[in-house]
Amino acid sequence: MQNVEEFEDFEERKGSWLTGGRAALILVVLALVISAFFVEDWHQLISIATKPDNIPIVALIPLVIFFTWLGMKQARANDELAEHLQADPQLAKTHHRKTQPWRPGWARELHVWPYLIRIEFLAAIIVTVILYVWSITLNAPLEEPANPNLTMNPSKAPWYFLGLQEMLVYFDPWIAGVVMPSLLIVGLMVFPYVDSNPLGNGYYSWRQRRFAVSMFLWGFFMWIALIIIGTFIRGPGWIWFWPGQRWDHNAVVYDRNRDLHEIFGITSMPGKLVFGALVVGGFYFVGGLFFHWLMKRSRFKFRYLFHPREFLHWAKTSDEFESKILARTSILQYLTFQFFAITVLLAFPIKLILRLVFTIKYVWVTPWFNI
Amino acid sequence: MEPERPDGPDVKTEEGQSKATALIEKAREQGLALRDRAKKEFEGYKDPQQTQLWKSIFRVSHDRSDPRNRSLAVLSNVFLHLHPAKINRDATRYSFTWGMGGITFYLFIVLTFTGVLLMYYYHPVKGAAFRDILYLEHDVPFGKLLRNMHRWAAHLMIITTWLHMFRVVLTGSYKRPREFNWCVGVVLLVLTMLLSFTGYLLPDDQLGFWAVTVGTNMARATPIFGHEGPFGPQLGMTPYNDVRFGLLGGSIVDANALLRSYIWHCIGIPLVASIFMAVHFWRIRKDGGISGPAPVMLESEMKALKK
Repeated sequence: MQNVEEFEDFEERKGSWLTGGRAALILVVLALVISAFFVEDWHQLISIATKPDNIPIVALIPLVIFFTWLGMKQARANDELAEHLQADPQLAKTHHRKTQPWRPGWARELHVWPYLIRIEFLAAIIVTVILYVWSITLNAPLEEPANPNLTMNPSKAPWYFLGLQEMLVYFDPWIAGVVMPSLLIVGLMVFPYVDSNPLGNGYYSWRQRRFAVSMFLWGFFMWIALIIIGTFIRGPGWIWFWPGQRWDHNAVVYDRNRDLHEIFGITSMPGKLVFGALVVGGFYFVGGLFFHWLMKRSRFKFRYLFHPREFLHWAKTSDEFESKILARTSILQYLTFQFFAITVLLAFPIKLILRLVFTIKYVWVTPWFNI
Repeated sequence: MEPERPDGPDVKTEEGQSKATALIEKAREQGLALRDRAKKEFEGYKDPQQTQLWKSIFRVSHDRSDPRNRSLAVLSNVFLHLHPAKINRDATRYSFTWGMGGITFYLFIVLTFTGVLLMYYYHPVKGAAFRDILYLEHDVPFGKLLRNMHRWAAHLMIITTWLHMFRVVLTGSYKRPREFNWCVGVVLLVLTMLLSFTGYLLPDDQLGFWAVTVGTNMARATPIFGHEGPFGPQLGMTPYNDVRFGLLGGSIVDANALLRSYIWHCIGIPLVASIFMAVHFWRIRKDGGISGPAPVMLESEMKALKK
């Protein structure tokens, strides 16, 4: 542990207390405090947040934040250990290579009975207690009897499917309801097969698996963000109401949603077909270039945002380690990853921005389907 | 009249007395012997693990601290035998696994238990279904608690499933040789959400009805198999023969949909999920048990790829 001080990170942390994480935290807190002044209907906000069926999603937000922190904390500890061992090959030979304490003479394995069984038993008891308290204090919702003649407005899916329901805004039902969920499932399944990085098997790590972990986080956080939008933002008529904004049941939105080809003044059907195909093709091409660029980047540092020159340097030079990983990736793995990354991870936020910011409905219109 | 006894009472009494004493003596001796035996036997019962009953149930004694018995305690118990006898010492730390997979399974058990109890009070029939929920809430002893617990355990199970997946990604536990088990896990994740979704309709109230209406309306748009999906109408799909019709047993969410959803919820999906769970747990063991915390590998130790 003698040359810990040599770590770049340590110096960085010593130099300034304002690390990227802290800055982000301050910004989030500031944003929350400022937005609290804009709440016009606290009663409604609270009634949404405390609706019994929304309690799980309200609980999920701090849980995800906590477990992300817990995982990243252990990842950082492992990364520091790996860096330390990398610098000291002699130590690497003798070290037990874990951040958990270990002494010579300690058994590396424990008996499941009782050391694991008792933990499982304890966990079961704690979960049971939580369930009892939750079930005694909070009643499962029960509305009026089902009535096909009385439409609920807004009529929302259960919270875990709100992501799909929110997708309906941006895509036609066959994409949002059928194709996207299938792609999500298949995309998750191929995840282990396209990750060609042999490092980080069985321990938390960030530096050794930056790209894979960040791709998953991108999808996972996007899914949760969609659920949050569906729960807290969508009001009657599935109209966008900011949290705290009073729901207006008679609200009419004067958006005029256009298709992309209308902006370019294309009116003939063959023209629309070719134009849309070109746009989608171009999107896949640019998206592919983007992910190819992204997977070779070295670690992004917060200070690059304020130092354009360093940012450019970061953007231009590819990381040696990441390039090595890329070289191990087979063509099939690479293409599969690109397909899912562009179709799910990239297309979705792009479509969201096109719709919400630029009020563009379709980019590709054909007689059979619209995208 | 009493018959006269030939031998006089005096002679008989003496003889009889000595016989009786001998008998009593013998009985006393036997009694004492029995007491000793009982004492000895009861002494043995103080250690129940040595009894035939215990051995017949548990096969081994559990409290012995010698390693063989500790291993046997796990290996010879059907409920515990999915565990290995020994485990990586650091894997017992909460911070590594967060316990999410185990908690998910425990919640599945809780849901099965409360679900079976709920089935005793529920008819999957239009009209009766909603009334049954009212009975549960107001008349059945602890009915409200039962329904609440089933609902919240279901929500919690979805959260723990997601967090379990999250942990597996962060620790890289899906990597070789566990890729296939990850896929099984993805299927289980989907089944968990479907289980919850099919249960949503069962109270037959506005909440469930409209959620399921919105959900199944998407099925209309299934490409090829839905009557509003791309290429669906061209292939002869109508509201009365497409995939949505198959899901609902009709063209609207009605009595058949309630029954189908009930059977999927109580029998179909749990059966399928149980099979996948069996594979999931079995594969954990076959793939080498819990993935970590594994020793950190270094960049320089990355083996060259076989060409």
